This record gives sequence, structure tokens and C-alpha cells, in this order.
Amino acid sequence: MTAVSADGLDAAADGPGGRAGSSGGGEARTDSGESYRLNVDGFLRSVNGARIEDSLLTVLRDVLGVTAVKDACEQGRCGACSVLLDGRLAASCTVLAADADGSRVVTVAGLGGAGLTRAIRAMFLAEGAVQCGFCTPGFVVAVTDLLTRHPDADEGEIREALSGNICRCTGYGRILAAVRAVQAERGIIPAADAHAPGNAQDRPDGG
Amino acid sequence: MGDEIVGGGVVAGEIGRSVRRPDGPDKVTGAFPYAGDLRVPGMLHARTLRSPYPRARIGRVDAAAARRLPGVAAVVLAADVPGVATYGLIVADQPVFAATEVRYAGEPVAAVAAVDAATARRALAAIEVDYEPLRPATDPERVLAADAQPLHPAGNLFREIDIRHGEPGVDGPVVVEDRYVVGMQDQAFLAPEAALASPAADGGVDLLVATQWLHSDREQLAACLGIPENLVRLTLAGVGGAFGGREDITLQIHGALLARAAGAPVRIAYDRVESFLGHPHRHPARMWFRHTATADGELVSVQAKVVLDGGAYASSSPAVLANALTHAAGPYRVPHARLRGVAVRTNNPPCGAMRGFGVPQVTIGHEAQMDRLADALGLDPVDLRTRNAVRPGDVLPTGQVLGGPLPARELIQLVAARPLPPPPAADVTGLALPGGLPAAAEPSRVRRGVGYALAYKNLLFSEGMDDSSAARVRLDLTDDGTPRVRVHSACAEVGQGFVTIAGQIARTELGVEQVVLAPADTAVGSAGSTSASRQTWMSGGAVRGACAAVADRLFARVARAAGLPAEVVEAPRRTLRIVAGEIVGVEAGLRVRIADALVEGPIEADYTFHHRRTTALDADGQGDPHVAFAGAAHRAVVDVDIDLGLVRVVSMALAQDCGTVLNPLSLRGQVEGGTAQGLGLALMEELVTVDGVVVNPTFHDYLLPTTADVPDLDFVAVTEPQPDAPYGVKGVGEAPTCTATPAIVAAIRAAVGRDLRRVPVRPQDLVDLPTRGDLPTRGDLPTRADVDTAGGGSTGE
Repeated sequence: MTAVSADGLDAAADGPGGRAGSSGGGEARTDSGESYRLNVDGFLRSVNGARIEDSLLTVLRDVLGVTAVKDACEQGRCGACSVLLDGRLAASCTVLAADADGSRVVTVAGLGGAGLTRAIRAMFLAEGAVQCGFCTPGFVVAVTDLLTRHPDADEGEIREALSGNICRCTGYGRILAAVRAVQAERGIIPAADAHAPGNAQDRPDGG
Repeated sequence: MGDEIVGGGVVAGEIGRSVRRPDGPDKVTGAFPYAGDLRVPGMLHARTLRSPYPRARIGRVDAAAARRLPGVAAVVLAADVPGVATYGLIVADQPVFAATEVRYAGEPVAAVAAVDAATARRALAAIEVDYEPLRPATDPERVLAADAQPLHPAGNLFREIDIRHGEPGVDGPVVVEDRYVVGMQDQAFLAPEAALASPAADGGVDLLVATQWLHSDREQLAACLGIPENLVRLTLAGVGGAFGGREDITLQIHGALLARAAGAPVRIAYDRVESFLGHPHRHPARMWFRHTATADGELVSVQAKVVLDGGAYASSSPAVLANALTHAAGPYRVPHARLRGVAVRTNNPPCGAMRGFGVPQVTIGHEAQMDRLADALGLDPVDLRTRNAVRPGDVLPTGQVLGGPLPARELIQLVAARPLPPPPAADVTGLALPGGLPAAAEPSRVRRGVGYALAYKNLLFSEGMDDSSAARVRLDLTDDGTPRVRVHSACAEVGQGFVTIAGQIARTELGVEQVVLAPADTAVGSAGSTSASRQTWMSGGAVRGACAAVADRLFARVARAAGLPAEVVEAPRRTLRIVAGEIVGVEAGLRVRIADALVEGPIEADYTFHHRRTTALDADGQGDPHVAFAGAAHRAVVDVDIDLGLVRVVSMALAQDCGTVLNPLSLRGQVEGGTAQGLGLALMEELVTVDGVVVNPTFHDYLLPTTADVPDLDFVAVTEPQPDAPYGVKGVGEAPTCTATPAIVAAIRAAVGRDLRRVPVRPQDLVDLPTRGDLPTRGDLPTRADVDTAGGGSTGE
């Protein structure tokens, strides 16, 4: 990942505390001092009064207010809460937050506005890959992970890699089109192959 | 509304273009706030206590210990509902909290608000409820028996419909007959239910909520809270999908009661398990069909009996039943028909609206029958459908004369003409095989099949309802003097793209680049429900009408200021148009910048759109119940592993009757999503109940299609305009959901040569796995409790 640098961790020990929604969320936490710190999107964030059973997802959303990470199933089955943990794709609901102490956590909000992620976001918009959008943060993380590790992933590899992310709105057609479009834009596949057979989006009559 | 595009200026090309979503940039960064993301300082956290029993008498509910817990701000029970004790979309038969009896497993009994979620959970555990479990009634075919106990004071019958068309007893020489069962599908929208309720100083309540229908929520909330509707203010929060599952009240009343009791804002939100228990599902169906035809393949008669299991409470069951039965013969010319059915109350989970609204179930039945009939006649299934496809001017089984365009013949022929995928290669591996990477089939043990389905689906609300949508449009100047349109509609954006379409319409009608959407809320008139494929037509029509009214006033203002004759001022649209940001009258030699015309003040107009009137069904099921229809035809190609019974959908082709296309990219997203949901119902999606209790309310056990399951869609849009709709649109979201399922099931039948009567199709339906008699099943076998009950009431023959 190039979008986030772990530099300056100490400089931001308090994290972006003024972030909307950081008033805490869900659980009783006696103010018993700092339990651990999490490196989230390049900022060291103090987690106070934590409980050992808290998942990374719970801590991100309800303690640190990082609501860009979505909670849809809490079982690692839908990918809505996907993050990069030391550069590896993870469902944050299946990771104990305390285990992420010492790791770099990158959420969709921390992927940055440049490079590969920027291209992915642009193509998600251009190709109509976003409807309700609730799966989108997880997909953006998962596609970033896929195309970082495997820029020339073929059809089967793309489908396999993204099969841990559930979208209920799009039927995946536009999401897959967006991935192909990113590959085409980066010269990895011919532009003519970016659209699946039968994709007639520019011609309402289907062509 | 005519089909002329009025006021079209330089950006008139907005209609028909793949304009991007205005909320897209925030959604791809994670900044877009959904209802579950909302937090305010000092808010409380709510939890709901739900019955573990599908049916039980409640002796006593003691919340004293819960109320004493430190950090608990409020506990509400049935006795704490100040207004009407029950609610419901059509009939108010569902208690806000169960008082004396619970009727389904998961029914709310109490709710608490506390300083944090853990305290709220502890408070739930401290509430003592004395349940006296009763034997649940879970077989929908037995609850109407003479000796069946009423499960509710309103009885066990939500509705009965008997459609009689043509002459009774007329048959053709070729007869096919069978029973079909459809399991319970869930909407499984990705963002679980959530709301933020805040008490207001005026004694009212403010709700930020993810819903499909703000004004229906408000009406039901006000009744149960016992306060006037104007004190209940709702604003749409970010909605992560809906598909019918947010049309009913779930947590809205509970949250509002808690906020008022605690005097503080309350966040109420479900997790996935509670979401599965909290909202109504797609009705499971048991159906019997009998089709007869002439020897050369003309349909003579169709008989159907349909039993919809509505579960414990009515929700929209009466309307779903009407939809199911009025579509039960499919989009075919049928001289004689008898279509009967009931929607009944059981102790299963409540069922209501889901994409397709009763039509997917009957389409599974009538399309299976058409294939059987083709087989019996020795005809090609496409030819049989083509020969019998309905045409405008035909009389439907309700007596309704089919009005607008419905190119059913073209749809089935178009989809049949799409190129077929190549046969499986000998060296195929991995995802390209049934079972995918974990359980890839042995290639020599794979069988391929091709199947078709044709259906039509009604658009908008039916049966005489005078449905409407209101919109307010304001044209003003920004601080830097640029014209800006502000559109205010209560239409719930749930992902379908109304926010995109509304901007396209406003830009087209008023020739103004900058369009902002006010938050959807109850400060403006009702836009109705985001359901029934209705919002582009209804709320799109409202926005268009309001824009046209604004344009008329703008023209009149300019004409008056220019001293044009009175006849021009009174009917300025005849001579003035908007071109490139200017109001232009060629004959009058007039040319005024919109910005200049707005210097003397903004212009605002309200408009309420109504569709044409329909009529209710009479005692014989006759009437003019539906505003319009949209057709769809799918072709599915599947590969089946005949050892493991696993299915891979190789390709899906769709031809759909779309009316005028406002946004090709949105259209494609709707039909691809609808196809995937139909694929899920065909192969994997089923909420399984055992004696009324849902046993798989998680994403681990309720399977949803993934990128490994859904093939690229080969899509053809037929774009014949609907004459009475704005711009000639048709709703597009539902029709493909109806046809995807039966096309896939037909393809599996073709691959394995079995009569599949049950959906979803399971591996054990395809291969003869050893089974134990006591394995949990649903739908197709009576439960032990039912066997004990005296028989009768079966509607199968």
C-alpha cells in the first residue's frame, strides 16, 4: 500500500479526535486509562477501557467513530467491514481489536485519494458500481487489495477474490465492469475487453 | 402528463444519458452517513426483547428489576403505548409490543434504552416474562380448517380471492397439472435497520430513519404515540438497500416511545440476526396449477390455487395475494381461467413486501407449467410461449383490457435469439465448474441445461388506490448569482437512483445546471412508497410537473415584464422556451437570461402527480386493477454436477420491456441486481423455520449470491414508451426478479431431467442423497404438530 504512510504516528497520538461520530458508541467503558493504541489510517488512536472481546470492527465504529467501515453481518461473511491489516485484507469483525495492537489498520477512509484507489473509486462511479453503497467501502478495500497484489487478475481470479464481499443491489455486473475498467485504464487489459460481452450500456436498445 | 418534453433547453440531453449518482462520491470514500452511522452526544442505546416462542400466552411481564439497573433510562412494554396498541400497513393487527400473547418467534415484548448497549442488553436479561407456550400453527394449509383455532381476534384469513374468467369447466384436450412450493426469501438488504429518535420540545418526536415510506411510517407512529401527525417529523437517513423489507414499521415506534419516555435521543439499531427476525419476508407459497391446451398448443384454460403463508400478522398480505392471483396465468391469452387463493395467518414469521410482490411465486408455477405443456405437446418452449403471449387489447383474467405496450412475444423471441455460451471446454477448471474451487465437479459428470421464463409484473399501486406523489421545486439564485433548482420530495432513496433521476428531470425541464435535492422528509407532501416499481413514474412525474409549473411562472413573469400581450402571459409556453440558460421567444424577439429573470425573487411550485384510476376486484375477481405492466424474459444456461447436486449458472440473458430509458446505467444496475436476487431464490436463499422458529438468521446460514455465482448478464432493453407515464417510462426493478428464478429452475430441469417442484432447488432435490425422516424440512412436508391436527383445509387437488 502506498496510500498510507506509517510515518508520523507519534505526531498524531491523539488521532483526529474531532471526527464526527466519535462520541463513543455502544459499550460501557470505565475510564480506566488507555488499554492499547491502534494505528488506524496512519494515526495512533488511544483505545480506553477496552474489553478483551471487542472486535476490531466494534472498536473502529463504536469507540473510534470510524463509521466508514460498515457492519452488516458480524460473522465475516459479507466483507462490508473489510480493512487492510498490515497490508492484508481482513474482515474487521473477525479480528480482536486487541490483536491489532501493533498492526497498521487501513480503512476505506485511509486509502487516500491518489493512485490505484483513486482509479477504483472513479471507475466505481463511472461504471455504476454503486447503488445503495453500503457494500462499497468494503469493495473498494477488497479491489485495492486485489489489484495491488495481482494487477492482471483474470476473470476467474477477480471473481474468486471478490466472492467474500456481498452486494445485494448490483448483481455485481457493474462492480466487475469497474474492476475491468481500472485494468484497462492502466493498460493491463485491452480497453475493448473492459466491458463484458452483452454489456450494452451505451445503447438502450441493447445492440 | 403528455409525452412532450416541455421546457427542454440546452441540457435536455440529460434524459436518456448515463448520468452518475450525486451521492456516489461520498459512498466510494465511506463518508456517506447511513442510519446506523448516526451518533449524537448524550444519546441512549436501545435493545428489543423478543419472544423465543412462536406462540405463547404471556402471563406477566415484570420490568421492575430492569428499570432499577444503573444506566437504564427507559423500559417500554405494551402498557406503555399511549395510542393505538397495534399498527400495520393495510390492517393494524400487529401489536407494538405483545401484551397477552406472542404469535411468532421474534415478536417484540419490550424495549429498553440505556447509556450503552451492554447495559441495555443486561436490562433485557433482567425483564421477566412468564410465557405459557402453545402449540404453534405452522402449516398454512391447515389454519383455515373448521376445527383450527383462531390465532388472532381477526381470525386466520387475511384475504381470499376467486377470479372467474370465461366459462367454467371448458378444457382443452392436453392437460398438465402439478403442485409447486416456494420457500421464504429474505430481502437481506445489507444495512440492518437503524434509526435515531429524539424527543422534541413541542411534545413531538423527530426521527432519522432508513425506511421506504416516510409518510406511512408517520401515520402509524402518530396513531400509536397518540399524538397528531404534525408532531411526528421524519427525515430519511442513509438507506442501505430495501427491496420491500423496509416498507413495514420495525423499530420506528419502539425508538420513538423510548425517546419520549427517556427524554433523550435514542439510537435503535438491529444486528443481522435481529434484522432477519425484525422485518417481514417474501411469502412462502404452495401452489397448484392445471393448464389445458388444444392439440396445436393454444391455451384453453388455466386453473390455479395459491396459498400464501402470511405469518403472524397481515403486513401487506392482502395486496400481495391480489398480485399473485391476478398474475397467476402469466402474460398469456387465456380464454378460461379460475384463479383462487388465500393469504393466511400462521405462527410463522410475518411476510409482506419483497421485490416482485407475489408475482415471483406464481411465475415459478406458471412457467413450470408452460414447459410441461410444451413437453406434452412436443413443442419448443419458446414457440409455445410465443404462440400464447398476450398482446395489447387482450382481455386478462380479471377482465382488464391490456392497455399500454407489452411486447411479450418480442421479449421471448429476442432472448431466445441471443447467442448461447460455448459448450464447456474439456480442460475447464475451478470457478467455471459447479462447486467452484472448493468442490469442483468432475467434468464428465456435468450436465448442461437451458431454460426460459416469461412474465409480466404490474407497475404502481393497484385495485383502485388513488396513489399520488408530491414534489416541491424552487428556482432561485445562489449567492454568486447562478440559477439553482432545489427539488424537495419525500421519495425514499434506497439505492435505486431516484436522486439521479430527479436531477436529470430538473435539468431537462428547467435548463439549469445546478440542482440540489432537499433532504427527504415529512415537511413536504407524501411521495408514497419506494416500491411497486413506482418512484420514477410517480415521483419523477411529480418533479417534472413541479418543474413545469415553475417554468410556466417564469415564462409568465418574463412575458409580463416584456409587455407581451395578455394571451402570451396567460399561456406563455406556446411562444417561450428555455434555451441555453435563457428564456427565448422567437416570434416576440425575446431573450432573457434565467438569472436575470430571478433577480426579482425565486419561483416555487408544488405538484402532485396521480396515475390513472384503477378499480377494485369484485366478488368474481373482475375489475381494472392494474395501472400498467412491464414484461421480461430470461434465458438461463446452467451446468449441474450430477454427483453433488451443485449448480453453476453459466449465463443469463434478459430481454425486458423498459419503456423510455432515462438513465441506461441505472437501468442496467436495476436489471442485473434483480436478476441476481432471482438467482438467489432459485438456488440458495431460504429462511428455514422449524416449528415456526427461524433456524438460519445469519449470513453464515442464509446464503446470498456472490461474484462466484452470478454470471455477466446479456441484456436487451425494449424501449417502447408507456403513453400515460412521464417521458414514457416504466418501472424496471421488479420484472427481472420474477423471471430469473423460473428460468434457472427450468434450465436445471432440462439438465437433470427431473420434475423440480420446489424452490429453492437444493442438492438433495437433484441427487438421491440418503435422508433421515427427522431432518428439518419446511414447506413440502407437514410438521409433527400438523400431523396431530385433524386434516382438512388443503387446497391442493
